[in-house]
Amino acid sequence: MDISKRKEKNIMVISVKGRMDAVTSPEFEKDLTDLITEGEKTFIINFSKLEYISSAGLRSILSAAKQLKEKQGKILFAELHGSVQEVFKIAGFYSIFQAFDTEEAAIKQL
Amino acid sequence: MQILSSIRLPAKLENLYKFMNSVSQCAKGQGFTQKRINEIELALEEALVNIFKYAYQDNNGDVEITCFIDNGERFTIDIIDSGIPFNMLSYKEPDLTSDISGREIGGLGVFIMKKLIDNIQYSRENEKNISRFVILKK
Repeated sequence: MDISKRKEKNIMVISVKGRMDAVTSPEFEKDLTDLITEGEKTFIINFSKLEYISSAGLRSILSAAKQLKEKQGKILFAELHGSVQEVFKIAGFYSIFQAFDTEEAAIKQL
Repeated sequence: MQILSSIRLPAKLENLYKFMNSVSQCAKGQGFTQKRINEIELALEEALVNIFKYAYQDNNGDVEITCFIDNGERFTIDIIDSGIPFNMLSYKEPDLTSDISGREIGGLGVFIMKKLIDNIQYSRENEKNISRFVILKK
């Protein structure tokens, strides 16, 4: 898994490449927790290059979202596809998270 | 019954990819699509992570995974451990309607696993837990 971050105005855009599974997800969770601790409040997670996500990945997303909610922060998703989209559907994540077809559309929403 | 592969390793997260590769190779050999192989891998990860976490408590133990063809058409994966009696199929279904604060992740892995595999059976035989995935070739 590769995580790349960039800041656009006050938005942290995080792109994740590869697999978010039981082995790799703790790294994602730590990165987000660190950023939230540093005061970041608005996140867009771009999953265009994410090929695989398991419940361990969902767990780390949920953990970050819960921390953000306490601080009135926001987390949006962009460019989910294939199996990642399917897992989000099965897990009912579309009822708690907003997802957009493109990163630009997510940014516009903020 | 035609055995395709068998792998036995300690029930530890560091072995997750070895287990998954073994099963993926088998599924590939059976002509499953990449999409289906991905789903099989995912269901397998969910089952294994449960076993790694709960089967042996603080002790060490192994997991054995055997892939075989049953009746010439059913691709079957047996996931076997010698840990405490433990049927992950009996988990209650997660609440998928609450908001972020009320949402819990417990049980979600097993729920995903059940959604992806047509037929999963559990049995306890000779002090062993056997979780069996039966996957129809389509």
